Amino acid sequence: MASAQLSGAEIVLKALRDQDVDVIFGYPGGAVLPLYDELFKQNKIRHILVRHEQGAVHAAEGYARSTGKVGVVLVTSGPGATNAVTGLTDAMMDSIPIVCLSGQVPTHMIGNDAFQEADTVGITRPCTKHNYLVKDVAELANTMHEAFHVARRGRPGPVGVDIPKDVQIAKAPYVARHKVRRKSYQPRTKANQNMIRQAVAMLAKAKRPIFYAGGGVVNSGPAASRALTQLVRLSGYPCTVTLMGLGCFPTTDKQYLGMLGMHGTYEANLAMHDCDVMVAVGARFDDRVTGRLADFAPKSKIIHIDIDPSSINKNVMVDLPIVGDVGSVLRDLVREWKVQKVRPNAKALKSWWRTIDKWRGRNCLGYKQSKKLIKPQYALQRLCELTRKKDVYFTTEVGQHQMWAAQFLEFTKPNRWMTSGGLGTMGYGLPAAMGTQIAHPKSLVIDVAGEASILMNIQEMSTIMQYRLPVKVFILNNHYMGMVRQWQELMHGRRYSESYMESLPDFVKLADSFGALGLRATKPEEVDSLIGEMIKEDRAVIADVCIDPNENCFPMIPSGAAHNEILFAPDHGEGKGRENGMVLV
Amino acid sequence: MAEAKEDINKHVIAVLVDNEPGVLARVVGLFSGRGYNIESLTVSEVDPVEIISRITIVTSGTAMIIEQIKAQLERLVPVHRVADLTLEGSSVERELALVKVKGGGEKRVEALRIADIFRANVVDSTTRSFVFEMTGSSDKINAFVDLMTPLGLVDACRTGVVAIARGPEPL
Repeated sequence: MASAQLSGAEIVLKALRDQDVDVIFGYPGGAVLPLYDELFKQNKIRHILVRHEQGAVHAAEGYARSTGKVGVVLVTSGPGATNAVTGLTDAMMDSIPIVCLSGQVPTHMIGNDAFQEADTVGITRPCTKHNYLVKDVAELANTMHEAFHVARRGRPGPVGVDIPKDVQIAKAPYVARHKVRRKSYQPRTKANQNMIRQAVAMLAKAKRPIFYAGGGVVNSGPAASRALTQLVRLSGYPCTVTLMGLGCFPTTDKQYLGMLGMHGTYEANLAMHDCDVMVAVGARFDDRVTGRLADFAPKSKIIHIDIDPSSINKNVMVDLPIVGDVGSVLRDLVREWKVQKVRPNAKALKSWWRTIDKWRGRNCLGYKQSKKLIKPQYALQRLCELTRKKDVYFTTEVGQHQMWAAQFLEFTKPNRWMTSGGLGTMGYGLPAAMGTQIAHPKSLVIDVAGEASILMNIQEMSTIMQYRLPVKVFILNNHYMGMVRQWQELMHGRRYSESYMESLPDFVKLADSFGALGLRATKPEEVDSLIGEMIKEDRAVIADVCIDPNENCFPMIPSGAAHNEILFAPDHGEGKGRENGMVLV
Repeated sequence: MAEAKEDINKHVIAVLVDNEPGVLARVVGLFSGRGYNIESLTVSEVDPVEIISRITIVTSGTAMIIEQIKAQLERLVPVHRVADLTLEGSSVERELALVKVKGGGEKRVEALRIADIFRANVVDSTTRSFVFEMTGSSDKINAFVDLMTPLGLVDACRTGVVAIARGPEPL
């Protein structure tokens, strides 16, 4: 039987169903009307109408990050595609699997500067893992399947598929999801077993070991987090995680040292600095983590587990690279650990933990509680406390509030923390919360926000109301772009250039205008009742928590400093201003 | 450890890619986006059945950077194979140049004589000019160009290096 001829738009929808897609985030426009027409005729795939294409990509990221599935975006040509660029770059930096379908002007008009034409494939080439311009409808089904394959295989990432309008209308037979056609993209997932044996031998001899785990563990799936937890507990060694890795090892565990890096804990950063064997698991030695490279872990042998060979030796030369899926490698390590019947050096380990406990005693996250002003740390501690028993997901925007959230919230499971790590995209949190809530309609989803970031994608409140999503926005409002102000205070002589947020909206009235509930707290004693009301409410909530406008986020390793050159809150000691860090990012 | 104070060396890298639209832009974009050097680049289809092109890139950097360049190239979806011909055994490198020399009298005779020494062929001639064609290592072409410059060199065109490993094995 000759296979039926389907239109390009039908092929796209069929391929999406074939790839188990049940929701897509998008915004229509001229060049994608045939696709929207096809969407209208079916009811298997749910379309979420965002208010800005950047929001669509972040929503898909939230969806993907909280489920482990591929997030799907549908945007029109020209401005639709260019608006998606920030989201795609964000997904690229944080290795989030996204397939972004974009409309394009008809093939015969490409290159003529047609209405709403942009060179989408050219523009998105550096911010996607791979992208396609489909010029022949006969290639469309294959390309769709391949796009999903590339997005989820190996180190995940965003993939673009640009589909000219005439290709959406032209007809061809459908090709079912099949085994990979490409020979060229077969990333290695199983590690070299010789390396596994060497790694265990190195770990067994370690005197001051540390596990340093990142977003790759979360990306590898929940089994990888379980394997990591098993290995860490089996060894009795300390573990620190990156911003992207929060949740891959329980933050409540006694072997957990807290997050590391620029705003990481004293104990995590000093342990990284003084360790003799470091195991980097699905982490990429970002500059926010390493500080000054020349003084990064100067006494340590480094084992680096990563699925992406280009992550190895990129910033830091490692002693033992293990290329493979971190989940698979961690399971191999657990098995090998048992096979070799490793007995860690108990005496050395005991003394290592004693040193770490001494660092912990510094209580680096301590802050001075105030009776009059709400301290952001206090607000987050209460938020954490009052949501601990709930099925809760957190997203954040970018800035001080993000770092405080990373320091003060607890995560016992992966996929519960959605934040923009690599790109640092203000405006990420609200749409990401939206996507997370779509994936987990019954769960509590909270966007920890700042008043500056939230305004960058505030239009998505409209989407949230349309789909009756009970997203909670917890704004730590200090009337400043707090992190910018903090850097200006510490490194630019307190010249607060353009970092004060004037003319802010009244967030309670703003919530009201969208049909959501607006709440406000201005005194510490109001925080608990605000959180209680927020959780109880079954609509979306914007909670405006007015915090101490001058609070800074500590500890802090100034950019370009070493791990042991950490700054503490002024009440805690040597937090002093300086101007020599200005050239650093 | 980290900031390598190593020597910067020149490497010839061969890359087999699917010959599809945009593949060269991906490779070149990777180099420009990450701040790597391209000293020369040649590309042409080498397998019309499998639709594979071969790109030869001459680049320079420290060992760490060269390793990064190769890993980043391998990460591109249409890339099948990346080989560092400088590191992986010995290879033959060739470049082709077309050199236009204008002039008369003794200089014209001298140009012909040198061309003969370098085994360059005359592929175009007028009463006032020659176009020479020559192949060889980049050094040999550099030497030829240097000698031709005072003899009336007005134009030169070079393909960039192509290279292939010595011995019976394919890439």
